[in-house]
Amino acid sequence: MIAELGHFVLVLALVVAAVQAIAPIYLARTAPDIALSIARRASYLQFILILLAFAALSYGFVRSDFSLAVVFANSHVAKPLIYKIAGVWGNHEGSMLLWVLIVAAYGAAYARFTDTKDSFAARVLIVQGWLGVAFLAFLLFTSNPFARLLPAPFSGQGLTPILQDPALAAHPPLLYAGYVGFSMAYAFALAALTGADDGGNWARRMRPWILTAWIFLTLGIALGSYWAYYELGWGGFWFWDPVENASLMPWLAGTALLHSALVAEKRDTLKKWTLLLAIITFALSLSGTFLVRSGVLTSVHAFANDPERGLFILAILGGFSLAGFVLYGLRLPRLAADKPFQPVSREGLLLVNNIFLATATVTVFLGTIYPLVLDALGMGKISVGAPYFNAVFAPLTIPFALLLPLGPLLNWRAGSVKPLQNRLLLAAGAAALVTCGIVLSRGAASVMVVALFAAALWLLFGAGLDLAQRLAPYRSRLIKFWTLPANAFSAPLAHAGLAVMLLGILAATQWRAEIVVAAALNQQINIAGISLRYDGLREIDGPNYRAEQARLTYLTGRHQGTHIFPERRFYEAERAQTTEAAITTDMTGHLYAVVGETSGDKRVLRLWYHPYVAFIWLGALLMALGGSFALVTRLGRA
Amino acid sequence: MTPKQIRLAAIGGGLAFLALAAGIALTALEDNIVFFRSPSELAAKPAVIGEAVRIGGLVREGSVQRGGLRADFAVTDLAHDINVSYEGMLPDLFREGQGVVAEGRFDASGRFIADTVLAKHDETYMPPEVAEALEKSGKLNAPHPGKDAR
Repeated sequence: MIAELGHFVLVLALVVAAVQAIAPIYLARTAPDIALSIARRASYLQFILILLAFAALSYGFVRSDFSLAVVFANSHVAKPLIYKIAGVWGNHEGSMLLWVLIVAAYGAAYARFTDTKDSFAARVLIVQGWLGVAFLAFLLFTSNPFARLLPAPFSGQGLTPILQDPALAAHPPLLYAGYVGFSMAYAFALAALTGADDGGNWARRMRPWILTAWIFLTLGIALGSYWAYYELGWGGFWFWDPVENASLMPWLAGTALLHSALVAEKRDTLKKWTLLLAIITFALSLSGTFLVRSGVLTSVHAFANDPERGLFILAILGGFSLAGFVLYGLRLPRLAADKPFQPVSREGLLLVNNIFLATATVTVFLGTIYPLVLDALGMGKISVGAPYFNAVFAPLTIPFALLLPLGPLLNWRAGSVKPLQNRLLLAAGAAALVTCGIVLSRGAASVMVVALFAAALWLLFGAGLDLAQRLAPYRSRLIKFWTLPANAFSAPLAHAGLAVMLLGILAATQWRAEIVVAAALNQQINIAGISLRYDGLREIDGPNYRAEQARLTYLTGRHQGTHIFPERRFYEAERAQTTEAAITTDMTGHLYAVVGETSGDKRVLRLWYHPYVAFIWLGALLMALGGSFALVTRLGRA
Repeated sequence: MTPKQIRLAAIGGGLAFLALAAGIALTALEDNIVFFRSPSELAAKPAVIGEAVRIGGLVREGSVQRGGLRADFAVTDLAHDINVSYEGMLPDLFREGQGVVAEGRFDASGRFIADTVLAKHDETYMPPEVAEALEKSGKLNAPHPGKDAR
């Protein structure tokens, strides 16, 4: 009964979304106030209705109502409550319901918080209404989460065990909040294109929304990477898997958009590019989710492949992208010309930033799409893996990181490097010194690696310079840090985050140590200056699995005497097995231990030392924190 | 410089940069493509020794032998087999009768030395490459030898 209600409110939500999408168009000219008021109320109502549907599906999962097809296929009675709830979006239908919920949430949030009273706001909500219509239709017609199974089975098939994990429970909502957030960029771009030129005012209005989306996407991707690191059993943090690339592309484009929107807002230039970028970013966000769902890409993320869904998805993706591009093409001649500007200035450097990020987006696109194109043309099945992306990203990162610190240090309009000379030399000297230290202590590496280290350090010190310059006016009250303006920390933190992430990637990939042993009882194992003893194995019972748990004891160092327990788990309901690595953090990195198969009377153990690997996610957190500071400043001002 | 010169310089610089980036990307792409070959295709036309290849099929029932750290197994499309050696830990979902994709090189003796073995899907899922390889060999729906019907 609850499920039928859920289905019913979803249908109602579709009707409301249609009203939101169509009614204000007719009223926009004659009665703009009424148009906005209708659009507003419709977006609140749409959100509430979808929230009810979501609650109904969650209820089905929590109560293990196996008469619902998705619950049967993705849940099990013997599953901890948190994973029953996470199971709601651990499948195609439920995750699409989450997607429409977030679309509606953004629309309702905009309706609630915007200070715009003119027709611009109505146009934004119209676009959001169309998005609601498209995705609700997709959900109801091809992926109904409330489909019943009759007769109801007694037991469910369970959720794939590797997905039963707290990080992965949070990964899809964060990622979707990011992807969908960029729909606001799209809606703003379309609203700006259909209205009169407002001198870049739309860019100011758009910024908090794209900041929000960008923060979520950053966290979502980082969480996915962290999950892969500890769950997949060997400590890889990025695989250049097509689906990861599909999330990286909107992130790169969205990062470019954040920066170009700043130029559009402050300097009333680069507007045409920013509008195009907003449309592209959302198109990439859509492909991020939907190439995955359509089954075109092969990956862990592919749910059931269904040609009907694939077509519907491509229609949505194509429809919205095409509408955006056509409107852009038609309106472009009517837009006011961008003002010219000096290359050596903050806006000049922000343009350089955009060129690099756009190039990075295109190279990822090329590597991801090329195998699909070849396959479609029947020219063979190929895969483009990490070597390609590394070969392209390494040389691209160096000039990017070298130029980046200049941007925030230069003034708008006509900047000059001269007054900065001494400080820049100081940062360069410090970076060179630390790089020398690294090379001397860690031994020779390739020229590319040394250059990357130097560039990342320069970027880090450059962010420090930026922070110092921003805080200079507040020198007298640095102690009372809570009174400092939040905005002073935003760019320096985000840029330092990138530097920290680069350093983490370099250290973890360059200095990784690995050992595989078939260990006898009490055998000593040495890795990266750490000695451990293998103490044997025991069987344990978890809530919905059995596990073989090995014990190792630290023989040396700060952790001397402590035990670590890598596990292999067997999930009865899902008939699957997972590896649970034991990860120990110390000052310089992670010891990562995994237990493998038996080999005679011995046991295969695999150990890694991942130096400074946590810097990768710490960097992502710093970026998100920087973004949050910028967002707080915005909201405070509004 | 006049605004016009600045614009020309910016456009010229941008184009040069894009050309350079495209050059790097295309060279990298050319050097790093790995082709997928099914066991039957390889039987008809063996791969060059030492060249990176991606293979896929089912792990043949009863073929898995573990000795120490090394695992030997056969990948089959039910028409032809490839003998594979892999040193390291096999993925959690690796099992006899399951679809796998492996990347590596053939050695002089015709054995496939895998660098990576992927079996990341659940029991009901089959990698598309594998499904296609089985379809081509005409054995997709044939009952799997040694596997009783569930």
